Amino acid sequence: MTNETFEPIIIGFTCNWCSYRAADLAGTSRLKYPPNIRLIRLMCSGRLDPTFVFKALANGADGVLITGCHPGECHYLEQNYKALRRFHLMRRTLKGLGIEPERIKLVWASAAEGVKFAAEAAAFVEEICALGPLQWGKPREEPSHREIEEVPA
Amino acid sequence: MTGGNGQKPVEERIGVYVCHCGSNIAGMVDVQEVAEWAASRLKHRGVVIGRDYKFMCSSLGQELIEKDIKELGLTRVVVAACSPHLHEKTFRTACERAGLNPYLCELVSIREQVSWVHTDRVAATSKAKAIVSGGVERVIYHAPLQPLRVPIHPATLVVGGGIAGIQAALEIANAGYPVYLVEREPSIGGHMAQFDKTFPTLDCAACILTPRMVEAGTHPNITLLTWSNVEKVEGYVGNFTVTIRKKARKVNTDLCTGCGICQEKCPKKVIDEVYEAGLGYRKAIYTPFAQAVPKYPVIDVENCIYFEKGTCKACEKFCPTNAIDFKQEDELLTVQVGNIILATGYDIFDARKISNYGYGRLANVFTSLEMERMCNAAGPTNGQIVLRDGKTVPKAVGIIHCVGSRDRNYNNYCSVICCMQSLKFAHLVHERTGAVVYNFYIDMRTPFKDYDEFYQRILEEGTLFVRGKVAEVTDAARLPGEEGKLIIQAEDTLAGKQRRIPVDMVILSVGLEPRRDAKEVAKLFGISCSANGWFTERHPKLDPVATMTEGIFIAGCAQGPKDIPASVAQGAAAAARVLGKIQQREIELEPVRASVNQAQCSGCRICNGLCPFNAIAFHEDRMVSEINPALCQGCGTCVAACPAGAISGTGFSNEQILAQIDGLLLLNIGEEAIA
Ligand SMILES: Cc1cc2nc3c(=O)[nH]c(=O)nc-3n(C[C@H](O)[C@H](O)[C@H](O)COP(=O)(O)OP(=O)(O)OC[C@H]3O[C@@H](n4cnc5c(N)ncnc54)[C@H](O)[C@@H]3O)c2cc1C
Ligand code: SF4
Ligand code: SF4
Ligand code: FES
Repeated sequence: MTNETFEPIIIGFTCNWCSYRAADLAGTSRLKYPPNIRLIRLMCSGRLDPTFVFKALANGADGVLITGCHPGECHYLEQNYKALRRFHLMRRTLKGLGIEPERIKLVWASAAEGVKFAAEAAAFVEEICALGPLQWGKPREEPSHREIEEVPA
Repeated sequence: MTGGNGQKPVEERIGVYVCHCGSNIAGMVDVQEVAEWAASRLKHRGVVIGRDYKFMCSSLGQELIEKDIKELGLTRVVVAACSPHLHEKTFRTACERAGLNPYLCELVSIREQVSWVHTDRVAATSKAKAIVSGGVERVIYHAPLQPLRVPIHPATLVVGGGIAGIQAALEIANAGYPVYLVEREPSIGGHMAQFDKTFPTLDCAACILTPRMVEAGTHPNITLLTWSNVEKVEGYVGNFTVTIRKKARKVNTDLCTGCGICQEKCPKKVIDEVYEAGLGYRKAIYTPFAQAVPKYPVIDVENCIYFEKGTCKACEKFCPTNAIDFKQEDELLTVQVGNIILATGYDIFDARKISNYGYGRLANVFTSLEMERMCNAAGPTNGQIVLRDGKTVPKAVGIIHCVGSRDRNYNNYCSVICCMQSLKFAHLVHERTGAVVYNFYIDMRTPFKDYDEFYQRILEEGTLFVRGKVAEVTDAARLPGEEGKLIIQAEDTLAGKQRRIPVDMVILSVGLEPRRDAKEVAKLFGISCSANGWFTERHPKLDPVATMTEGIFIAGCAQGPKDIPASVAQGAAAAARVLGKIQQREIELEPVRASVNQAQCSGCRICNGLCPFNAIAFHEDRMVSEINPALCQGCGTCVAACPAGAISGTGFSNEQILAQIDGLLLLNIGEEAIA
């Protein structure tokens, strides 16, 4: 599995109010980022059920990007703090499953931050490229580096 | 939990429409290929037709969809085009015209999320296919929805009686509907009542404000509640129940004639930190200013000698109508309103925070608000511009712009009005004292109608402008001519050198800040604040006076720094929005809502505390939770949290989202997901 040929698939969750609009703004500003990210629009990051993330990873995604409004700017007051708590929980769960917690990432982006959205999306694609394919549920030919390095919590 | 992935037998007839958007999409995505791919590879998922068209949003494009719905009997529609924030409504309406429930249409973005941000045509086309596939899987689980209808109570609550709140209240009252105007100070008027002259016309603030205050105070449709606070807000758009605490004035307003004798006779002088900005005094029984509306005084019990020591009662003794009532208690009022406008204004930046400007330490450093009081003929110095000693007229005055604004250490934003207010002071100082005036500015910001003309006028009057940030104001003389003076040390960025300018008086043009209690007020009314602390509008450009909470509007400086004309415009705009709702009598709400399946609810109550809008009630008798659809705003937090999976959201159900994930990963075509 060489990183040159590996094109990861990333599922991204956005909230309807800030981060989806940040993605819109990245578009209207014609900023460029790699095509590996496919977005799903939720009303709020607070809607993010951890099941969505695990399902995406189990069904073929190599990474999941979670985005929402900045703390204090959630359009439903403070639901993004709940997303933040769930995010940490999910990371711990992934670690427990022997999966790199870095496969999920949380980014706050306001409707004005198209530049940030594009930059974070591009950076995440690179991070996932560096981790290699996830292939959750698929038999592995050889133990991957993470099984050697990471001790499940 | 079930996902898409073929688990639901597909009985739907789905149409897929791929837009070229001229060359905006077609230039980077092979739109024809995407449409054909959907028609063939997603046929087993119910897709019966895939079309591409130059401009789907045009009337011809819409007709294409409408015709297919009718002729091919489509039960679902997926449009792959621009952002749903632009055209979701357009395509939903088209479906509705053809007899299909509008919520059975899904718009996915392949412009903002694909063609405009990617550079490889093959990869962009693949991604567009995946996005269409996600939309198809999701739309299968869409349900026909009906908008929620709620009746609108015709009364309105306006909180804050500054110029913005007064304007809003008058507009609604003049249209014939009842208004409760709640103000926490003893009088309405807000900051504008403190000013002498207003830029750019220099008309006297009291002359233009007082008639408005009187009109609001006497209007048959306005119930004025001053010296009052909102304590509780329950309900939802159309039907709020608001509890207001009317603090005891200790004055019987049925008897008081506002003669003012009590204020004259009261022996207790108190520094007036609010209206006089700390520069003058009031009594323990007071009206903040002579033209106060209402005219009735209040007793400030914390400073009243009688409440402290049990004796005095001078006011009672001298009151000719026996209006003083020391036993008067707070009153709690409950009112029903359909809409609420928040116009709570701003506080000024605390100049003490910038210690090198010396405010609070160097006597002759003043804030802009103190300056307003000083210029005011009815103010503590009767309009004389003098030093802190109350008599010396300054010969040189320095005015510093942007204090606490456009400064990373304090507030990043521009306070909008400070340049103009500084120019106004330059004029007034010049006119009344003949002093030399220096204005220290970073950039001159005079954008609105007649503002730059005002700047030109001040330039012609001979005010000296130094461009650069002031480093320090000090009384430590170093050079001859500096003794006994305040020295302003600044970098003159136009001349490219450091300057020390000795003056007698310094005026700090302090910035505007959110009210110190803005966060609590926002919480009380269920709206949010921006990172800077201003109330957040629904849309920064297209919806500046609405909020994310239906039925709650904002106006004036509570939404962000602005001048009087803009505050008035927002007050009127908020009123227009409210009147629009009142006149509809009933409004439609987006049916994107959560609901509890009571058979599945375990009564764990986990969701109860999560809802930011208190939409979830618990029925103790049946031990189940229930969501009030008019209160729910559809954030979905409770749906994600319910351990029993008993809560579902219309428009954002687990099934819809899980199906979309599978679609995006192309599991539906049994193919190794393509990148
Ligand atoms: C020194 C200075 C000079 C200025 N000069 C000019 C000028 O010349 N021309 C110009 O166009 N603009 C000027 N401005 C700007 C002007 O003050 C504002 O645009 C205007 O006053 C905003 O009105 P408002 O109603 O939004 O807020 P405010 O005037 O702040 O009124 C808000 C009201 O709400 C009340 N309130 C607050 N919280 C609550 C609560 N929780 N419950 C009940 N009541 C509450 C307050 O007591 C107040 O009465 C100046 C500003 C400053 C600081
Ligand atoms: S009781 Fe005395 S101190 Fe209190 S308000 Fe009346 S006059 Fe003033
Ligand atoms: S979806 Fe959000 S707003 Fe609606 S009831 Fe649940 S938590 Fe409250
Ligand atoms: S609405 Fe964006 S995170 Fe809540």
